[in-house]
Amino acid sequence: MLAAFGALTAIVCVTAPLIGSTPIQLSRVFDRTIPFADNVDAQVFFVARLPRVLAAALVGSAFAVAGVVFQAFLRNPLASPDTLGVSSGATLGAVIVITFHIDSALLGVSAVPVATFAGAAGALGIVYAMSVARRRGTSSTVLLLAGVALSAFLGALNRFIQVLGDFTDTFRSIRWMMGSLDVGGYTDIVVALVPIAAACAAIGTLPRELDLVSMGTAAAESRGVDVRRAEQIALVSASLLTGAAVSLGGPIPFVGIIVPHIVRLIVGPDHRLVLPAAALFGGTFLVICDVIARTAFGPAGMPVGAVTAFLGGPFFLWLLFRRAR
Amino acid sequence: MTILDAQELSFSYDRKAAVVDGVALSVARGAIVGLLGPNGSGKTTLLRLLSGTLTPDRGRVMLDGRSIATLSRRDLARRIAVVPQETHSTFDFSALDIVMMGRYPHLHTFELEGANDLAIARRAMADTGTAALEDRRFAALSGGEKQRVVIAGALAQASDVLLLDEPTASLDLGFQFDIAALLSRLNRDRGTTMLVSTHDLNLVAALCTELVLLKNGRVVAQGATDAVLTPAHIRELYGVIAEVTPHSRAGHITVVPVGRAD
Repeated sequence: MLAAFGALTAIVCVTAPLIGSTPIQLSRVFDRTIPFADNVDAQVFFVARLPRVLAAALVGSAFAVAGVVFQAFLRNPLASPDTLGVSSGATLGAVIVITFHIDSALLGVSAVPVATFAGAAGALGIVYAMSVARRRGTSSTVLLLAGVALSAFLGALNRFIQVLGDFTDTFRSIRWMMGSLDVGGYTDIVVALVPIAAACAAIGTLPRELDLVSMGTAAAESRGVDVRRAEQIALVSASLLTGAAVSLGGPIPFVGIIVPHIVRLIVGPDHRLVLPAAALFGGTFLVICDVIARTAFGPAGMPVGAVTAFLGGPFFLWLLFRRAR
Repeated sequence: MTILDAQELSFSYDRKAAVVDGVALSVARGAIVGLLGPNGSGKTTLLRLLSGTLTPDRGRVMLDGRSIATLSRRDLARRIAVVPQETHSTFDFSALDIVMMGRYPHLHTFELEGANDLAIARRAMADTGTAALEDRRFAALSGGEKQRVVIAGALAQASDVLLLDEPTASLDLGFQFDIAALLSRLNRDRGTTMLVSTHDLNLVAALCTELVLLKNGRVVAQGATDAVLTPAHIRELYGVIAEVTPHSRAGHITVVPVGRAD
């Protein structure tokens, strides 16, 4: 089953760069007899399109895995980086950096990723407090409403800060907030890959704990899970994933809800399958959405966040009413 | 021989009044002990202290002569299993999935359940009459079925001690009877030591050899069921006047509440 997900991811990631306004052929891309400087197809493939596809794959994986973690710990299938306000926190970090021109690089890393991590971590602090409240019996409806309120509040802060900036800054941050995978090159991808890989590795040690915690804290503890430790590792990792994903692609909505659900429908609830499948399918899903975003709406394209929102909004409502029955 | 022993246990939430206040109790290996007390008397908190999921402010819990504070959560789970009042599944786990989760403390981080674990889980389901429910969605089971599956999960944990928190609270009379019969049979066949908190006086009369009576976080009385389950104690605990009489057909004493004490 996982092999099928892996194969799908590989096929989509190789096919996606072939699709676009300039038609190219895979055979010419990998034709070693033509030098790279003269091989237009290879240049379009490797320079123009592949970074964007890889960024989409990475961001999609990160949001999907973060969604899986939040859903298990808050015991609510509607929890996700966006519904809990973690994405908004990360966005706030980016908007502050863009608007106030905090361009100084820190240890060779640009200020934007650092600020998104900080923003995601701040929002995580609030989510963590919610999770503790959940342990003490606060209903999950209250938590989701708190997440909605937090998102709205942080969104208002974002707009307030944007007003302080000049026209160019505001345009930049609005583009950012729509979510765009138009990355400059491979450097940005590597910068995001490191924390995403580390966070996925940490979460990868906890699949059984996620199964048990989804049954309730008391149940998990009595089966031998060190809930506090698992919670700290998982939630810090999930916010790292969110921060890295937002810094690379912006707060692309709904990936963290749609993907875990589709994956659970296919592989079942066991997190030993759900986690890797969500990582693979999250990447695949966002690459496909991004192909739609950059080809289906004329040469100007469309922010990928708009595409996921078009798909995700109705999906979310369907999910909500299906559960409410 | 004592297996579980609490010494001067005290606990309070948020530094408010003590919920459990200087409780001392001991449970003999192979016993079924009933824990009685009115709402808010500290039964659930006491069970959580005994299972190690809460740390006492004062006092300690000894398991086979060793303080449970020195054991890791995983080690503790191999010795003590808990059946909560109600269990909800967020995702679509099957009944067998739920039972297999009981094998968690016996597996290493990346170890998968093997044939042995599956055999243990299947035996636990057979022993609790839930074998036919194996592939059913846990969330779609009835209250009584869920409770039996959760008990099977606790059995799969292969612990010596089972703590049950009001296991029949949300069940109808038929399921209450089934659970009582099940616990009695598991105690007899497997020798599992049990501590059962409940409001059902006739359940403890039928099931338990010993009782611990709790009020305002303190032990009011402790001892053999026939000696402790008296009209005076029932009045002290619940403010209810009751008749306690031997019942020849049931084979144990029965409690009939007759009115509220003033």
